[in-house]
Amino acid sequence: MTLTPNQTILVICIVAIATMITRFLPFVLFKGSKSNNSYIKYLGQVLPYATIGLLIVYCLRNVNFTSPTYGLSEALAIICIVVLHYWKENVLLSIVAGTVVYMLLVQFVFL
Amino acid sequence: MNEKTKALKAAFPYTIPVFTGFTFLGIAYGILMSSKDYGAGWTFLMSLMVFAGSAQYLAINFLTSVFDPINAFLMTLIINARHLFYGISMLDKYKDAGKLKPYLIFGLCDETFSIVCSTELPRDIDKNWFYFFVTLLNHAYWILGSLLGAWAGSKISFNTKGLDFVLTALFVVIFIGQWKNKENRKPAIIGILCSIMCLIVFGQDSFIIPSMAVILIALTIQRKEYTENKNLTEEGIQ
Repeated sequence: MTLTPNQTILVICIVAIATMITRFLPFVLFKGSKSNNSYIKYLGQVLPYATIGLLIVYCLRNVNFTSPTYGLSEALAIICIVVLHYWKENVLLSIVAGTVVYMLLVQFVFL
Repeated sequence: MNEKTKALKAAFPYTIPVFTGFTFLGIAYGILMSSKDYGAGWTFLMSLMVFAGSAQYLAINFLTSVFDPINAFLMTLIINARHLFYGISMLDKYKDAGKLKPYLIFGLCDETFSIVCSTELPRDIDKNWFYFFVTLLNHAYWILGSLLGAWAGSKISFNTKGLDFVLTALFVVIFIGQWKNKENRKPAIIGILCSIMCLIVFGQDSFIIPSMAVILIALTIQRKEYTENKNLTEEGIQ
């Protein structure tokens, strides 16, 4: 543990509160009325997709593409997920296989 | 059979896929936490109070680096911003939930959202209790899975290097699922390109907020283009 127990509890509470803000806010903002603002509706349709794109880039932010191993482990594992997911369409299988492939690559191949 | 039992029986089959998914993701989470010396108690507290997989994985970073509550707060808001849109979609369905409503909103994770928004219920099932049990079962699977992982992590020791890739894998799988629907591709590309651009310009530690702003601007411009195209086609028809 890097943090003290009190700091850990504080971090957990902060993460919980921030999560709850994102879940409760729409119900607080649009209390009693249905959202009929067309801009909000449009964002509701497109933002979830853009957000996932952002999150993928966030997960890969520390990958160095200009020096060894040029992000090869990440690229290979993602290719594996894409192929498997198009082929089998099984969410769990794709996640497990992709993670295992990545672990094997970083532990045994690209050290 | 009273209405609660009926609703529970109706809810259970829908949650079976979530059961398998949450068990694996939960175990991986528990193992990761214990590999950073956070035992079952912390894992339990986190899964009980937060109940948001990606935020909890992310929170491992906050727990293992310098104490920075503001960064933890902002990053959690950002990673969970999609919940805002789940909420907007659920305003109607949850509006008569009464005393169950706070818990339903608390537990509105990706998986619960996808079940609740896609299920057509038979009339004799009380919908609010159905929503409640879907949420409760999913919450329970998540807590049990992560506890199992915490326990396994304390008993078995193996090299967990690379296990955190499970989060990337999860997002990639969600992304592919969305990509299959052509309408979703433009916003998905906007999300990726704007983020990469901001990553290059602002660097890995501070690109998230600029990315969100640029994405919002790009989507807004895209909307104008979209409505203009639509108007042009309509004029063409007339």
